[in-house]
Amino acid sequence: MIDEGLRELYQEVILDHGKNPRNHRHPEDANAHANGTNPLCGDRLTVFLKLGPDGRIEDAAFQGRGCAISQASASLMTEIVRGRTEAEADALFDKFHRLCTDDDYVPAPDDVDEEAMERLQVLSGVRAFPTRVKCATLAWHTLNAALHGSKEVSTE
Amino acid sequence: MTVQQTIVAGGNTRNAYDVEAIRADFPILSTQMHGKPLVFLDSGASAQKPQAVLDAMNEIYTGLYANVHRGVYYLSQEATARYEATREKLAGFINAPTPESIVFGRSATELVNLVAQSWGRANLKAGDEVIVTAMEHHANIVPWQLLAKQIGIVVKVAPIDDDGNFLPDAFEALLNDRTKLVAVTHVSNVLGTVVPVKWVAEQAHARGVPVLIDGCQGVTHMPVDVQDIDCDFYVIAGHKLYGPTGIGAMYGRPSILADMPPWQGGGDMIATVSFEEETTFQAPPLRFEAGTPPFVEAIGLGAAIDYISAIGMERIAAYEHGVTEYARERLGAVKGVRLIGNPTERSSIVSFVMDEAHAHDVGTILDRSGIAVRVGHHCAMPLMDRFGLAATARASFGLYNTSAEVDTLADALRQVSELFGG
Repeated sequence: MIDEGLRELYQEVILDHGKNPRNHRHPEDANAHANGTNPLCGDRLTVFLKLGPDGRIEDAAFQGRGCAISQASASLMTEIVRGRTEAEADALFDKFHRLCTDDDYVPAPDDVDEEAMERLQVLSGVRAFPTRVKCATLAWHTLNAALHGSKEVSTE
Repeated sequence: MTVQQTIVAGGNTRNAYDVEAIRADFPILSTQMHGKPLVFLDSGASAQKPQAVLDAMNEIYTGLYANVHRGVYYLSQEATARYEATREKLAGFINAPTPESIVFGRSATELVNLVAQSWGRANLKAGDEVIVTAMEHHANIVPWQLLAKQIGIVVKVAPIDDDGNFLPDAFEALLNDRTKLVAVTHVSNVLGTVVPVKWVAEQAHARGVPVLIDGCQGVTHMPVDVQDIDCDFYVIAGHKLYGPTGIGAMYGRPSILADMPPWQGGGDMIATVSFEEETTFQAPPLRFEAGTPPFVEAIGLGAAIDYISAIGMERIAAYEHGVTEYARERLGAVKGVRLIGNPTERSSIVSFVMDEAHAHDVGTILDRSGIAVRVGHHCAMPLMDRFGLAATARASFGLYNTSAEVDTLADALRQVSELFGG
């Protein structure tokens, strides 16, 4: 009954991160944050960042509840963006967004973010589920808002 | 369509009908989704349409189409006659005293807004209170919140208990000299709770307070007699009643409608228009139907009412009760499934969450099994907050759903449980 498309969407990594999200906390020394909502399903999450003097993301964490896809995406994101500059995070968001929406998108083999994109590949299954793309991108939209100074973001 | 007494469906033999014959009248029910037979369990959001509704609308568009009212030629007269005939059918269906007490609109939502903006602005002032319940659809919350911003009324919320029961004592305690309207749902679109609307109307009227009932989930599942309930407004969504989208209807007490000012202005709602003298308006219901009405949709709704009337609402209610109770039993027995709400008086809706899987994930996986359920907040965010939930999955039943479909749902939920709980 669980078909291939579903197996592709709900890979072990997703189920694991969905059930045991990493960095699901509120760091006391966070100096930037934003709230994200997906009005479609009522999911809400907050992304917390600790930005260093050089603008690097020294710590990333999140709180909030949502579906397995949104929790896993937020969890993976907080691991992946740590240590990156704002510009690097922006570039990753752009690539991740294409990964989730563009069937033909393949990251360039010499991509500077090759390792990160490989890890994010597990979320590309949402491409076959258009209503779920926003679940995967909510955390990234919220990160984007936190980095660029807005406090609220909605995927609608 | 044939109606038989003998076939057991939904576990209730007394009022059963031949559900397979009914299903054959709904073309979409024999389609497949993702290679599986469609199991449509989202009639609470919008019901499927019998062929008779499609035919009635097609007949107009292909051979009898012309704008209603004021046409002196055959097509317009015929369209007008059929449009107005629907008003009569609907009046009969909910036992409204006259066809003129039925106002058509584009949706149930629009008609709640009509009452808020027309009756509300004319009759309410700052500090006046409107009582709703904790289980309203946003359509019966936000129009009052908008009015609160505009003129300073206060929205009061009648609480429910953890099982989702309406609490009569708590409701009565909210009634006071400032209460000027009670606006409550007939049936909760999330919990299936049936609110004792007749009792509510009695209590409100004893204090001279009028009552609006959001009947979107009520009239679809049980016989409704607006004169017996003795409500002042009863709001209906055509598309949930097996009719097309784009048509809503409302019963309004004639004496109240008579004094209500227009809300939207335009053609059809006027008596005379002048730049020199005062523009004058039609009597109800036309006063509230500005612009070309969705008359083809209304005619489609008329066909839907004919269709369900032929089966009988008593019989539909009894049948759906059987399916719903069976669903509560079957779904409640699936490991990891928790039903939300356990109201004593309940109708054709079952909401649930799963321990391991978020409602959205449940919805996606069920979809792949051909099962359509709604997941999310169901346009009832305050109710979700009341239960500390962001989302539920909801199975809602129509006259065509079967116990076998409930079994399919239960089996699929077991798969979800295995995938996530495994």
